[in-house]
Amino acid sequence: MEFKFSSKNLKKIDEIITKYPSRKPAVMPVLYLAQEQNGWISQEVMQEVANVLDMHPEEVLGIVTFYTMYHQKPMGKYHIQVCTNVSCMLRGAYDIYDRVKEKLGVDNMEVTKDKMFSLEEVECMGSCGTAPMIAVNENYYENLTKEKALEIIKSLKKN
Amino acid sequence: MEKIVLPDIKKLHKIDVYVKNGGFKAIKKALKQSPDDIIDQVKKSGLRGRGGAAFSAGLKWSFMPKTTDKPKYLCVNGDESEPGSFKDRQIFEFNPHQLIEGILITCYAIGAKVAYVYIRGEYHKWIKLFQKALDAAYDEGYVGKKMKRKLKTDFFCDIYIHKGAGAYICGEESSLMNSLEGKRGYPRVKPPFPAQFGLWGCPTTINNVETLTNVPAIINNGWEWFSKIGEPKHPGTILYGISGHVNKPGIYELPSGTLLTDLIYNYAGGVPGNKKILCVIPGGSSMPPLKGDQIEGVKMDAESLKVVGSSIGTAGIIVMDENTDLVKVLARITKFYYHESCGQCTPCREGTGWMLKILNRIIRGEGSVKDVDLLITVANNIEGNTICALGEAAAWPVKFMVQRFRDYFEKRVSKEIAIPVANKVHSMRHTVNPLADITE
Repeated sequence: MEFKFSSKNLKKIDEIITKYPSRKPAVMPVLYLAQEQNGWISQEVMQEVANVLDMHPEEVLGIVTFYTMYHQKPMGKYHIQVCTNVSCMLRGAYDIYDRVKEKLGVDNMEVTKDKMFSLEEVECMGSCGTAPMIAVNENYYENLTKEKALEIIKSLKKN
Repeated sequence: MEKIVLPDIKKLHKIDVYVKNGGFKAIKKALKQSPDDIIDQVKKSGLRGRGGAAFSAGLKWSFMPKTTDKPKYLCVNGDESEPGSFKDRQIFEFNPHQLIEGILITCYAIGAKVAYVYIRGEYHKWIKLFQKALDAAYDEGYVGKKMKRKLKTDFFCDIYIHKGAGAYICGEESSLMNSLEGKRGYPRVKPPFPAQFGLWGCPTTINNVETLTNVPAIINNGWEWFSKIGEPKHPGTILYGISGHVNKPGIYELPSGTLLTDLIYNYAGGVPGNKKILCVIPGGSSMPPLKGDQIEGVKMDAESLKVVGSSIGTAGIIVMDENTDLVKVLARITKFYYHESCGQCTPCREGTGWMLKILNRIIRGEGSVKDVDLLITVANNIEGNTICALGEAAAWPVKFMVQRFRDYFEKRVSKEIAIPVANKVHSMRHTVNPLADITE
């Protein structure tokens, strides 16, 4: 599927580039814009990002595969991220992760059939003091219990 | 006790409240002095980096070349991905303008015209909050070209936010620079150090968010005042982050050298159910863990922790009670470093996977006594053999946890089966998908 940046995003890209001495350093923010517009980073997206920033598509691929927050396949409308690192683990994160996994019926980095939810077991999100936590897309939900976590998913399902 | 970084003032994140409480006085004061004077004051204050290495901030600034035809840069490290540390987000949320002022003073001292604040990608909320604060500071004329008129000076500098994308390694300074340059976040070989060859090959200084937030207070109150707070060799207040098995986890700003037991039992409200403490990691997951019976009288500062065989790191304290399964904890920590290893250096890339595989074998009840020694051998072969400190970060928890809790580990491995180590390692490389094998 062909990908072209929207004119609004092209304007944003021009703005981003002014922050840096050359075009290439803008690749990370530009990839975020692309992911926002397209939902995920496809081959065509990488090609377009490379065109816009005068880079090789391979360089862009190198960036996309290095950083975990660029998704190389379509994710659910709600991307559920459960932190299971030490501080969260000590406060019951695996209980939450297992229950959420069971509830959604998907494994790590999988998407539900209705494309509503995807699940990711993430590394420390910086919520150690308010552990355990899950993040739904960009929002943190902290100080959770199993029940609260399932409630959040239930309320998302209704929307 | 006075708080420097996170004072108890309501709505301090608003620029008018910050100005009313003496904000942006320090930059005005600093601009009347020479950059060398500023560096000298910060050096004398004894301010040490809060990002893990606890290196003298003033000394770091003094490495910047005085005469150069290249532009100079300041990078502000807000990548904060170390498990157990969650302090910088509090600064972005509750005291962003003091950080901005600290950045301005630092830029003036080192002669930088541009500062990049690298914030981890997961912190969407805090990036928005800090951007809002930054926009307000731009509007009021404290940052950017408007500075010239507002502060009646020739000096001006721009501050930009760069959003990370989920790589722990980008908290390492040279990796952060590569990431900013639009490359994979691979750490660079040092030397050359950033002050000589940093961002785009130009002189660069990199400081942690918390470090720079301390700077305005030093300029306002003088270096003598700062150097008298807490432990003389590591002065100032520290944002201690306590998590794990405590009643009141959170961030506590206290003078350096606060007793670890004081932090756990008084400030964090003790351990739930009054259970005994089995293990404490004092400085984020990569620092050597301490045994529960080892923490009595331990002071929380760089020098005192060195004496007991650990390190201050980012002051992220993780407390584990007596019912904790240490093997599982260690396996989880190792899984983290296995996941986050950038893959440049073989010892780290392969070694972290091997350690994880051994630990998982012990968890499954298939471990032998030899595995305990094997863990230490692998850790020793990672430590010191990598470009960046992630090697040590991965090796230390394993090495010290196994050494300090040897009995505990030996109880978990009752089997005396001789495992053909060499073959096992060799065969791993030839499996179709070695990663699946390790993470199972």
